[in-house]
Amino acid sequence: MAPDMVTVIDLVLLALLCAAAVALILVRQLFAVAILAGAFSMLSAGLLVTLDAVDVAFTEAAVGAGVSTVLLLGTLALTQRRSEESRRRGTGPALLAVVLTGGALVYATTDMPGFGDPEAPGFRHVVPEYIVGSETDIGVPNIVTSVLASYRGYDTLGEVAVIFTAGIGVLLLLGRRREDEIQDEARRSGSGDEG
Amino acid sequence: MRHHLVLRVVSKLLIPFMLLFALYVQFHGDFGPGGGFQAGVIFAAAFILYALVFGIDHAREVLPEHVLRYLVPAGLALYTLTGFAGIALGGKYLDYDVLGSTPTAGQHLGILLVEFGVGVTVSAVMVSVFFTFAGRTRDVDEEDW
Amino acid sequence: MPEAITEHYNYWLVIFLLMAGLFVTITSGNLVKKIVGLNVFQTAVFLFYISLAKLEGGTAPILTGEPERFSNPLPHVLILTAIVVGVATTALGLALVVRIRETYGSIEEAGLQEADRQDELRAAAEQGR
Repeated sequence: MAPDMVTVIDLVLLALLCAAAVALILVRQLFAVAILAGAFSMLSAGLLVTLDAVDVAFTEAAVGAGVSTVLLLGTLALTQRRSEESRRRGTGPALLAVVLTGGALVYATTDMPGFGDPEAPGFRHVVPEYIVGSETDIGVPNIVTSVLASYRGYDTLGEVAVIFTAGIGVLLLLGRRREDEIQDEARRSGSGDEG
Repeated sequence: MRHHLVLRVVSKLLIPFMLLFALYVQFHGDFGPGGGFQAGVIFAAAFILYALVFGIDHAREVLPEHVLRYLVPAGLALYTLTGFAGIALGGKYLDYDVLGSTPTAGQHLGILLVEFGVGVTVSAVMVSVFFTFAGRTRDVDEEDW
Repeated sequence: MPEAITEHYNYWLVIFLLMAGLFVTITSGNLVKKIVGLNVFQTAVFLFYISLAKLEGGTAPILTGEPERFSNPLPHVLILTAIVVGVATTALGLALVVRIRETYGSIEEAGLQEADRQDELRAAAEQGR
């Protein structure tokens, strides 16, 4: 049986993702790291579309390729643009740990239901109720929205609280400048080397 | 990026449509892909684009920081209060059935309010995080990159 | 192809991505690159969840009025919120990196250890006086 189109696209995107990940390991220039991370997110958004998760792909494309790349570049502007490590330390033990962990995970997948298997336990419990209920009880065609906001409203409330807390944390860490920093800034702009 | 004419013209054309698209994603999320999380991020992305092209000070004039400071908790508060409204009308916490004349109408209203709260908090957090990062940066010369 | 491969290749490639992220996080001495490594790890976990939700011959979980087979919407919901939470926590991590840079003057592990040692030496010298 010839592999169908979706499987081919799936494999191509996964191969590109693996290439991006390997490139990420090799580059030192932090600017390249930020752009590769954006490309990685964009590719994974494409993969999520082929896996039927359109809502998730939408979010990943907007967040991963958009906002987080901008934030990474902003951090580089505030810190430095090149990773200074002359030589990687501990590559051998790290490689060993990664290979062992990966091997254990691959071994564990052999017990899992196959990819796209309709008999998987995840499809038989709760989810059929959500799919029927989304039409009859809630009347919202997008099942993801009805699960997100109604069936699992507590979950989403918690997630919004986490986003809120993280935002407050960033504001506390970076929002207010210390007195000496402001004076420092004033001195620098006073001496006129700011341009 | 003040001298990039193409960037300025194109982003001036794009930004209104980005904001409109964010609103579409926000309120059409019941029927197609979308919802508060995506809409919030798209809305924030439009502001970030504006700030990148026209400068952070102009962006601060459009969306002052003291307004943002209220918007960050406002969305979460809207979500929480929608939950309490369910209790006040005789249901359970975050039970939208009692919000409308029929359970389905109540669910629609509840989902709309909750998603709007999510969108407000997400976009306000994203924009204020960007403002705080960008506000600390001194202007970077293009050759420096 | 043997069934084990056709049934699990997606998981295995995602595990490769997972391990690439872990490797970057362990070996990189640069804090920004460490955070990018964590992000890659996180995205790989997302892909793993969504792979579990895929149904053979299924479509996106949006009702169109026709009887259809849908992929599992529950993992979609969990991951959708997790992505936005992920970027918020990444921003927090990057903010910490910026503060570390301002205090220590470095975002390399080696530089940070060096600065800490200098601090200890100075403190010891002051106590001895």
